[in-house]
Amino acid sequence: MVLFELIDYDTLRVIWWLLLGVLLIGFAMTDGFDMGVGALLPFLGKTDLERRVIINTVGPVWEGNQVWFILGGGAIFAAWPPLYAVSFSGFYLAMFLVLAALILRPVAFKYRSKREAETWRSGWDWALFVGGAVPALVFGVAVGNVLRGVPFELTPELIPMYPGSALGKLFGLLNPFALLCGVVSLSMLLTHGAAWLSLKTEGAIAARARKIGQKTGLVTIGAYALAGLCLAFFVTGYSIVGDVPADGPSNPHYIEVARGGTWLSAYLARPWIIIAPLLGFAGMWMTVQGLKAGREVSTLLWSKLGIFGAISSVGLTIFPFLLPSTLDPTSSLTVWDASSSHKTLFIMLVATVIFMPLILAYTAWVYSVLWGKVTEQDVTENSHSVY
Amino acid sequence: MDLDIVELSRLQFAMTAMYHFLFVPLTLGLSILVAIMETVYVMTNRPIWRQMTKFWGSLFGINFVLGVATGITMEFQFGMNWSYYSHYVGDVFGAPLAIEGLMAFFMEATFVGLFFFGWDKLSKTAHCVVTWLVAIGSNFSALWILIANGWMQHPVGAVFNPDTMRMEMSSFYEVLFNTVAQAKFVHTVSAGYVTASVFVLGVSAWYLLKGRHIDLAKRSITIAASFGLASALSVVVLGDESGYDAGLNQKMKMAAIEAMWETEPAPASFTLFGIPDQEDRETHYAIKIPWVMGLIGTRSLTEQIPGIDDLVEEAHQKIRSGLVAYDALMTIREQRDATPQAVRDTFEAHSDDLGHALLLMRYVEDPRQATEAQITQAANDTVPMVFPIFWGFRVMVGLGFLFIATMAFFFWRSSFKGQTYPRWALRIAVIMIPAPWIAAEMGWIVAEYGRQPWTVDGILPTALSVSRLSVGDLLITIALFATFYTVLFIVEMGLMLKYIRKGPVQDVEETEAWTRKHERRLRSAGSDDLMTTPAE
Repeated sequence: MVLFELIDYDTLRVIWWLLLGVLLIGFAMTDGFDMGVGALLPFLGKTDLERRVIINTVGPVWEGNQVWFILGGGAIFAAWPPLYAVSFSGFYLAMFLVLAALILRPVAFKYRSKREAETWRSGWDWALFVGGAVPALVFGVAVGNVLRGVPFELTPELIPMYPGSALGKLFGLLNPFALLCGVVSLSMLLTHGAAWLSLKTEGAIAARARKIGQKTGLVTIGAYALAGLCLAFFVTGYSIVGDVPADGPSNPHYIEVARGGTWLSAYLARPWIIIAPLLGFAGMWMTVQGLKAGREVSTLLWSKLGIFGAISSVGLTIFPFLLPSTLDPTSSLTVWDASSSHKTLFIMLVATVIFMPLILAYTAWVYSVLWGKVTEQDVTENSHSVY
Repeated sequence: MDLDIVELSRLQFAMTAMYHFLFVPLTLGLSILVAIMETVYVMTNRPIWRQMTKFWGSLFGINFVLGVATGITMEFQFGMNWSYYSHYVGDVFGAPLAIEGLMAFFMEATFVGLFFFGWDKLSKTAHCVVTWLVAIGSNFSALWILIANGWMQHPVGAVFNPDTMRMEMSSFYEVLFNTVAQAKFVHTVSAGYVTASVFVLGVSAWYLLKGRHIDLAKRSITIAASFGLASALSVVVLGDESGYDAGLNQKMKMAAIEAMWETEPAPASFTLFGIPDQEDRETHYAIKIPWVMGLIGTRSLTEQIPGIDDLVEEAHQKIRSGLVAYDALMTIREQRDATPQAVRDTFEAHSDDLGHALLLMRYVEDPRQATEAQITQAANDTVPMVFPIFWGFRVMVGLGFLFIATMAFFFWRSSFKGQTYPRWALRIAVIMIPAPWIAAEMGWIVAEYGRQPWTVDGILPTALSVSRLSVGDLLITIALFATFYTVLFIVEMGLMLKYIRKGPVQDVEETEAWTRKHERRLRSAGSDDLMTTPAE
């Protein structure tokens, strides 16, 4: 009996599937409002001072928030290497777009206030817009494509192959269903950003944020419902053929997969998962109501609940699939055949159990230090030190 | 195997990695220097130290953000461009990267916001603690990244699993305490400290030449020279440790650094100058210093350092043994659980050399079909390009000694000559600002180029590691990276220069008030201390 066998391989795989969800949801809840705020910036800030107020609501925290994404990438690499290998290279140009946006955004935050010139500042404002809107859209598009399945196959050596030209593959990702999912994620994060701004600003900016947030909130609800309908009627699901061991070796060729039917049959097999979309709808609806009524803290929390529901509904619907393949269904990656080894999963879990509570504690402390609204006065008085 | 894609992927990785490393060393060192300055402020309460913290902190911020932003590229790129690598070694290599995020990067990124925004929101001590957490986070970050990189140089604690067709972790402890990784970590962070020290020294020297911000500049020089001297000494000493490790574990890299084609009788001599010729396998115009290489590489007078020709012969043997492993692996792949134990045993016996058989896949789809000529060719491929490695190493080491000399001089003037500096020395300090970056990039060329043709030494050939993208994919991203990074570099340099020219925001009133308050104590100390002069 060795230490890492304390927890079964299949249990560890499920734990890491949950942790993957935690990281993606953590990213959407925290960096999500940064992206929403960035994408709303050109529309909510009429003057430079207003825009500075908006930027400074996320100024001290975006950097830490972004680490949720970086850590998400690292965790996929460490816990789900085949998923990391296939998705990052399969979505090559789309990933590059996200990457460019994520490089542009930090630089824009940091450099915008370093010069006074108007062209300089408005240039960086648009960089913040792109840095917020593009990833928010692409993440949804990516989720849509995961649901539809992605054209890749694994050779016997497990080399990922993806036929087609560069641009052909990029435009292949932009199919109507995936774009609809992109609308869901974009409008959801815009609403989240608006909820954040209504908490962290006052006066005209907060009023504008509440107004726009109600609209984007309704769009989110509509698009999310429509995506659910499409899933029922137009998107083909996948299923594992036969009984497979949940603790077998991580080799996708060892598990046979068939394409057919609908993903939504998962709701018959595991009826309780209906909770996820219901929480999603409830959170989105209450966010809209909260913005209308001018509630602050509770609205942001409802918005987080909406995000939690929406993202977890995708994961639960396709479980145990991670990335289905249209080209060769058996190459599809699932929780049971695309993880790291038993030992690595255990070691990574120990590291997470040690560090995750610490991260949550100091992040909470930083937010509490920064608690309170950002006002125009704050920005003018500390013009040198703030963004 | 499409070689264009391999070359283009390598080009893009080299480009983005070298660009990333323009910002990393300064982050590593400057975060510590700033934390030291703030500690002095907390201890002495003198406003000048807070102003210094804020000034160097603002330059730190301009640099830090690009280090972070370009670091994301590195993490993405393994999956985007090196997907077979990611699959093949993700089980081992992914862990330190993820722990880096958990333990280090989260801390550094969360607290860096408070460093800039928390001056009025935190007590003095709490803010100083935050600054230290940023510095510690950055340095821990380097630790985990170099554990990952160290494993690529010297892959320990992992075995190949024929069922999953990849390397899997067998001992996390060995990965963690890999001697190559540890030596690399201390060498690399010391290099970062030297970089920041040379930077602070150079900028301060420029202020002294211009007669500006004298009080800030002199204090900064004192800190930079003392910290820089210690770091420059350690970068060379610990670099020697790296060299010793290379001698033990990466014999081919060692031989390339030395352009040592044939095994010399021990102790080998060190080639100070020479023009390595890859074709003829000899080094022209060599100037040799007897014994030195043998001492660095083996720390003995009797042990031999193998030359390139002998190592190629060794590679030959390994390819043959690797082919046995490959053949067994194919049987295991066919028959899975039904594989006879004897075949599995054969595989185990030869699996260490499997990587060498994979070298043949550049030339032939099934390595077992390789001709003698192709085996010879693959064995010859294990020799990296000697010229850039030979010279990269010499430039790096030469600069290392130059840093020691410069730092020692300024330390001496600062400690024993009343902080007076001759103008010629100040000018040299300004001119030297780019030197540590050159040294650092050369170091990486030696380390990474010297590891070729492998991504993971002896385990996975570079040519096999790439994503099977199209040439179009790569040309698009290379062009966009080049444009985007160039623009960012120009913007960054522009801001850096602007903020250096502008100088610190000095609160004259506050400084004067402090000086008045402490006038008696200062005078009784008997120093007509220039350093109490408030800002102009």
